[in-house]
Amino acid sequence: MQEWSQLLTSANLQWVLLGTLFLGMASGVVGSFVLLRKESLVGDAMAHAALPGICLGFLLYGRELFALMAGAALTGLLAIYAIRAITAHSKLKQDAAIGIVLSVFFGFGIVLLTYITNGSAGNKAGLDEFIFGQAASLVFQDVQILLGTAIVLLMIALLFFKELKLLTFDPLFAGGIGLPVSFLHGLLSSMVVLIVITGIQAVGVVLMAALLITPAIAARYWTEKLGIMAMLAGIIGGVSGVFGAMTSAVVPGLPTGPVIVVCATIVFVCSFLFAPARGLVFHWLKNKKRDQAIWQEQVLRSIYELLETRYKEHSTSLVFTKKELSYFTHLPPKRVMKAFHDLQKQAFIGNMNDGYFYLTDAGFQKAYQSTLQYRVENVYLMYESQLGTPPFGTEDRDESETALDTMNTELRHLLKKENLEPISFQVYKTTFKPYQNDI
Amino acid sequence: MKTAVNVEKITVAYKKTPVLQDVTFSIPEGQLVGIIGPNGAGKSTLLKSILQLVPKTAGDVSIKGKTVQQQRKLIGYVPQRGDVDWDFPTNALDVVLMGRYGHIGWFKRPKKKDKEHALSCLDKVGMKAYADRQISQLSGGQQQRVFLARALAQDASIYFMDEPFAGVDAATERAIIALLNELKKQGKTVLVVHHDLQTAEEYFDWLLLLNKHLIASGPVSKTFTTDLLQKTYGGKLAFLSSS
Repeated sequence: MQEWSQLLTSANLQWVLLGTLFLGMASGVVGSFVLLRKESLVGDAMAHAALPGICLGFLLYGRELFALMAGAALTGLLAIYAIRAITAHSKLKQDAAIGIVLSVFFGFGIVLLTYITNGSAGNKAGLDEFIFGQAASLVFQDVQILLGTAIVLLMIALLFFKELKLLTFDPLFAGGIGLPVSFLHGLLSSMVVLIVITGIQAVGVVLMAALLITPAIAARYWTEKLGIMAMLAGIIGGVSGVFGAMTSAVVPGLPTGPVIVVCATIVFVCSFLFAPARGLVFHWLKNKKRDQAIWQEQVLRSIYELLETRYKEHSTSLVFTKKELSYFTHLPPKRVMKAFHDLQKQAFIGNMNDGYFYLTDAGFQKAYQSTLQYRVENVYLMYESQLGTPPFGTEDRDESETALDTMNTELRHLLKKENLEPISFQVYKTTFKPYQNDI
Repeated sequence: MKTAVNVEKITVAYKKTPVLQDVTFSIPEGQLVGIIGPNGAGKSTLLKSILQLVPKTAGDVSIKGKTVQQQRKLIGYVPQRGDVDWDFPTNALDVVLMGRYGHIGWFKRPKKKDKEHALSCLDKVGMKAYADRQISQLSGGQQQRVFLARALAQDASIYFMDEPFAGVDAATERAIIALLNELKKQGKTVLVVHHDLQTAEEYFDWLLLLNKHLIASGPVSKTFTTDLLQKTYGGKLAFLSSS
């Protein structure tokens, strides 16, 4: 603990933390646009392609930050250009183009890096930190550049938010209303280049794309508004950045990039699982609820059919056993039992004793409604060609309801004709008796 | 009658072969214009090249006597519904508000006035109740209506619509037709890329028959003829002559 507090009071670390905070924020915001434009992998290729540029910068000018960044920007942009050219002039799709370009540039970068580390060129220490990032090694001047870039990027995103949003959602329409689409396109690409080349020293070329994309993906789970998504992504990115820088400062030799990525990924996994509406757990619960409702209806209809068969055979017992039911449903016994249990809990099924059950009044009404609807739909399908335009499934709800109303009378008539009309509550109440005469 | 759109010898090529060649026509104001032709005839490309969304190899376009760039605010545009990602994080009202972006200007946010205007446009296509709905939760027909509302929000006088009837339900098709007639009543000009020959005669005043070249441009009575349609569709029109 003492170590932590000591570290936190170190002025340099405070600057580093501030730098990574803003780096994470800017990269979350820019990443939101990149993700929605479906260019996540382009960002990844660009980050990897920065490595040979860094090495070239080093070989030409030594360990000058500006030379390294210029080199990174140069080869990064070259990679994007190569991807676009390959996609435009060959039959290869973008994924293949990205695969080729990323590995070629990165491979070339590693070759150069090995050459530098083995060679006798001046101060080579720290260059391999560009692969996985080492935030703690940032000096005050680096942090200044980082902070400056991040703040500029956040400002641009804020000022051009409306235009960037339209460009991302519907570039054709953006062009249609006269927005300078190629300028905006270039602006967004430059933003990606800037965030990548300033971020690689802290996060590393291999994992820079994760800081760009993961916060945005995680944020997408929580909202349906682009503004909020970008803001959330910024917060997630910022927190991950600070956490990564701090941890790597405390644990000797631990690179920053992987820690940042692990942190952002934890947030992503939580979002993926637990976010309302989009999360996996929510979907699972919703599907489960829907399935259970379907099983319950099927069981109720089966009970109904059982009673109807008895009525036709002039038997009047209203009680039934679970075993009898299984002849009438097509559901696996486990699901029947589950539905049976749920229906009992909702007081649709009552328990007589000794394993005999009966439908309560509410249960009968529900079974009746469900059976009626089921049969009306069946009769409709039987007479579809004569009845004309389908009243179900029309998009306009009002319209489909009025159409259903006029058709309903006709359908009820057909139901009677087909001898499918379910027995009413009245009949049920007066005919069926609670004793077991023929079980 | 004044001319709304004048197109002079437009040629567009994507790769080697031209998609449109020497297309020349002019449309008088206040017409409902159907752009008709087989698949790959260059109908969408024609719209895009008029709006300068794809580069032209040759040709000139003028809107009410001036260049397109000068007349941007007079132009309303409905792109194809399939061209955008409907899982984008935004709601119906927000999409309609995009129609105001050209009027709002740089660095400014939409104001209350813009939102009210957008809401009234949603109302005109019968979608007011869906203003807050996330766009992925709208049906295809509803998405199309949101796109139309967005074009209405542009307050344009010439509208370009790319396949607005594609894949919509009957109710939406009627809503679109009612809207087109309403726009015409207000003296606006509407150019619609249309697929369905069966309804072309009924829906439009003016037809552009297109198959890479312009086959004909003129009032429906003069252009909706077996002869010209045969020429537009080539051998693909066999089913029409039998019906």
